[in-house]
Amino acid sequence: MTSALGKDLLGLEALSSEQINLILDTAEPFKEISERAIKKVPTLRGSTIVNLFFENSTRTRISFEFAEKRLSADPVNVSSAGSSMSKGETLVDTARNLEAMRIDMVVIRHGSSGAAQFLAERIESNVINAGDGMHEHPTQGLLDMLTLRDHFGDLQGKRVCICGDVLHSRVARSNIWGLRKVGAEVAVCGPRSLLPNAIDEFGVTVFDRIEDAIEWADALNILRLQIERMTGGYIPSLREYNRVFGVTRERLSRAPRDVLILHPGPMNRGVEIDSDVADGEHSVILDQVTNGIAIRMAVLYLLAGRNPELAESAKAAAR
Amino acid sequence: MPSRNSTLLDARAVERTLKRMADEILELTGGTDDLVLVGIQRRGVQLADRLVELIAASETVRVPRGALDITLYRDDLQTVGPRPVVGRTDLPWELDGRIVVIVDDVLYTGRTVRAALDELADFGRPSRIALAVLIDRGGRELPIRADIVGKTVQIAAGDRVDVLLEEVDGKTSVIVTEAGTA
Amino acid sequence: MTRPILLRGGRVVDPSQSIDGRLDVLLVDGLIEACGQNLSAPDTAEVLDCTDMIVSPGFIDVHCHLREPGREDVETVATGARAAAAGGFTAVCAMPNTDPVTDNQAAVGFIIRQAQRAKAARVHPIGAISLGQRGEALAEFGEMIGAGAVAFSDDGRPVVSAQLMRTALEYARTFNVPVIDHCEEPTLSHGGAMNEGIVSARLGLKGIPSEAEEIMVIRDILLARRTKGHVHLAHMSTVGSVELIRWGKDRGINVTAEVCPHHLTLTEDRVGAYDTNAKMNPPLRTAADVAALRDAVADGTIDLVATDHAPHHYDEKEQEFANAPNGIVGLETALAVVHTNLVATRVLDYSRLVECMSCAPARVFHLPGGTLRRGAVADVTVFDPHAKWTIDPATFLSKGRNTPYAGERVRGRAIFTIVDGELVHTMTHTTR
Repeated sequence: MTSALGKDLLGLEALSSEQINLILDTAEPFKEISERAIKKVPTLRGSTIVNLFFENSTRTRISFEFAEKRLSADPVNVSSAGSSMSKGETLVDTARNLEAMRIDMVVIRHGSSGAAQFLAERIESNVINAGDGMHEHPTQGLLDMLTLRDHFGDLQGKRVCICGDVLHSRVARSNIWGLRKVGAEVAVCGPRSLLPNAIDEFGVTVFDRIEDAIEWADALNILRLQIERMTGGYIPSLREYNRVFGVTRERLSRAPRDVLILHPGPMNRGVEIDSDVADGEHSVILDQVTNGIAIRMAVLYLLAGRNPELAESAKAAAR
Repeated sequence: MPSRNSTLLDARAVERTLKRMADEILELTGGTDDLVLVGIQRRGVQLADRLVELIAASETVRVPRGALDITLYRDDLQTVGPRPVVGRTDLPWELDGRIVVIVDDVLYTGRTVRAALDELADFGRPSRIALAVLIDRGGRELPIRADIVGKTVQIAAGDRVDVLLEEVDGKTSVIVTEAGTA
Repeated sequence: MTRPILLRGGRVVDPSQSIDGRLDVLLVDGLIEACGQNLSAPDTAEVLDCTDMIVSPGFIDVHCHLREPGREDVETVATGARAAAAGGFTAVCAMPNTDPVTDNQAAVGFIIRQAQRAKAARVHPIGAISLGQRGEALAEFGEMIGAGAVAFSDDGRPVVSAQLMRTALEYARTFNVPVIDHCEEPTLSHGGAMNEGIVSARLGLKGIPSEAEEIMVIRDILLARRTKGHVHLAHMSTVGSVELIRWGKDRGINVTAEVCPHHLTLTEDRVGAYDTNAKMNPPLRTAADVAALRDAVADGTIDLVATDHAPHHYDEKEQEFANAPNGIVGLETALAVVHTNLVATRVLDYSRLVECMSCAPARVFHLPGGTLRRGAVADVTVFDPHAKWTIDPATFLSKGRNTPYAGERVRGRAIFTIVDGELVHTMTHTTR
C-alpha cells in the first residue's frame, strides 16, 4: 500500500491540495492526544527515528521529539556539534551509515537547500524535511495553516500576508505554496532587498508598505528577522526596520478588521513584532506551537508503515 | 466475482435486539450508577447512542456516552500502512472506578477490542470493563469474548458482515455478503 | 616517417576555403598534401573510407580544464588529450587554474611535455594573467609565450580589477595574443549557485544574476576599445551579453566570444531537484538566453564553441547543491550535443559548425590548423553525422563523469581523429 504522501515529506510545493488537507484533517484527532493525562499512543511502537539536526533549532527539534514520543517511536537525536558530521563526514556518508543502522525515518534540518531531497534520494527510510536552507520547512507551513484553519474554518479566499525576510525564508516558501494550494490569497510585505527578485512569479501580491498589508490582510505571518541580515547589508539597521516594517499595536489599530497574528518564532520583540502585538488578543503564536506537535504526529503517522514497493524504487534510484 | 447478499437482521430486528442488550447491560452492571458507554468509531458510537436512549427510556437516567477511535492502537500499521482517516476519541470524564461498557457493531478477530482495552487503560482504571456487540461472527484470533451479544452467527472467513444504521447509512439492517466462488 | 593517409569519399567541409563537396584528402608527412577529386593514394598510404561522413579541419577546443598539475585524480593532460581526441578534437587549450597555477615558463613547459608524451590531441597551454591568479601582479606573458602559451586568462576567477585587465590587454598587444576573461562581477555573484530567477527563488538557492556577467562583458569591451587589445570573452550565457558583443563588434572593437554546448541546449530548469550535474558557472540560464545564444552563434556575433570541460571527482558532485563544485565534462559530448541540437535542427549548417569548432578557434587564437589548405598541419576530424548513440559516462576516456547529458540519445560522432598526420582516435562501433 502506498502512503498517501509518498515516501517522504520534502516540501509543500510538490503536494496536492488533497494531500495537504489530508495532513491537516489527520492532525485534528492528534490534538486531543496531547490533552490526555497519558500523552501517548502506541502507534509507532518499534519505529526508530533519527532527528538529524545540522543546524541548531531547539523548538523544531523538541516539537518533533514530542510528536515521536507521543506516538511511541524511539527517537535518537543527532546534532552536528560533536558528531561525525563536524569531523568532516559528508552528508552521503552520514546517510549510508544511518541506513546501515536500519532506521525507519529521518527528520533532517540542514543549512543547504535541497539537503532533504538529497538524503531522500539515497536512503530507503522515510525522510521528513525539518527545514533545508532557504528552500522549505513544510511542517511549519502546515502548522501555520492548521492554526489559521482553527480560526477561520475554511482557508478559501482568506488573505494571509507573510511579512519580512521572504528572500531567505523557508517558512515563507512553504506557506506560499501551501496556502495557495488550498485557495487562500497570499501576499508578502517587506523591504524589496529581502524579497526574491522573481517574487512576482510566485503568484502573490506584494506590498511595499506594512500599513497597506495590514489593511488588506485577515492574518499576518510575521517572519523572524535574522540579525545577520543587517550585517549582510540587506537592511541598514534593526531600528529602521522596526520603524518602517514593524508590526505595532498602533498600526494594527487602524486595520478595518481583526488581524490574526502568527510568528514562527523565535521572536525578536521590538524588531519585526512589538510585544503588545505578540502578547495581544489576536496573537495565535502559542497555538502554533501546540499545533506543531499535532501536525508532526500526523505527518509521522501518514508516512509510517512498511512500504516495500517504494523502498525498492528508492533503492533503484540510488543506484 | 459473483457475490450474494442476505439480510441477517432488518431494522425492527435490530431495534428489538438493542432493547434486549440495554436490559442485559443494566442487569450486568446492576443499574446506571457509574455506568459509561463507550462506542468504538464509527458505528459503535451510534449503537452506544441508541443504547443510551433505550436505557433512558426505562431508567430515566442518561448515562454518559464516550467515543473511542482505536486507529492509533492498531497492531498492523507496520504491515498495511496507515489508515488515511483517524477518527476522534472523546472521553471527557475520569474513568477511575467507573463501569465502562465498550459498544461495537461486529466482534470478529478481537483485535479491535484489544486495541480499545489498551486505549482505555491510557485514560484511567475503570473498576470494570465489559463488552457489548450487536453481532458476534466468530473467528477470534485473541482470547476475547463479549459479555453481551445481540446475535451470534458463524460467518466464513472471506465473507463480510456490514451493520448499516439509519444515522450513518440512511437505513438500518445487518447484511452478510458472501465472497462468491470463482 | 608516418604512413600517408588518404581520406576517401567523404563530404569535405572546409569553410576556410569555402569547400563543401565530395572530395578526397591526402595527408603526407604531417601536412595536408592535397584536397581534391579522385586522388590516387601512394602505395604506402593507409586508405580510410569516409563515405557518408564529414571530413573537416580538426576541431579545436579553446577552453578546457585538464587539472594537471594538482588534481591528477580527476584529469591529467594525457587523459584529457585522449578524451579530446575521442570527441573529435585535434587540439585543446588548457586553462591555467591548476595547482600550482600555470603562471610561469616552467609550468607552461611542463604541460607541453606532458602533452607530447600523450600522443593524442595537441594541448596548448593558456597562461595566467596574474601571478597565482590572485588578480594583483601581471604574470610574465613573454616568457610563457616562449614556452608555448597561446593566450592568457585567470579563468575560474574573473579579473576583478579593471586596471589589471586594462594593463593585460595593453601588454598582450606586444605578443598579439588574446586575453580571455571569465566575466563575473564577484560582489553580485557571491554565494550564487544557479541562475537568479524563479527557479532559484523556488529552490531557495542564491542566484547569480545575468548582470554579473554583463557588467564585466561591457567593461571588457570598453577596455578593449581603449587599449585596442584583443579581448576574448569566455562562456557567454546571457541575451544581454550577446547584445553587448554585437554592440562592440559593430564598432570594430577587437572582441571575440565563445559559447558552450550546455548554454546552447539547457536551461535553468535542468537543475530540477538539485541535480549537481546541472551546476556550472556561468549557470544555465533561461530559454530566452538559449535562443539568443543560438542566434548569435549562427550569425557570427559569437565566434566559436568551446566546451569549458571541467572534470570533477564523483564525490565532489555527490553533495549538497550549494557545496558542489561548478562544471561538467564536455570534450566527448560537445560534437554530438551541438550536432543533435543545432545542426539537425538547422540552426547551424555544416559549414558554420566547422567554422565554430575549427576555423574560428584557430584564427582567434592564432593556432595551427583550422584549414585543409595544402601545406597546413594534417589535423583532421572525420565524423559520422548519422551515427546514433546514447551518452554513457562510463565509456568516457576522461576521468570525469559529471555530465547532465547522461542517457541522452544523440546523433553525430567522431570516427577518425588525425593529429599531425597520425590517427590518434578511431571509433569502431557505431549504429546508424
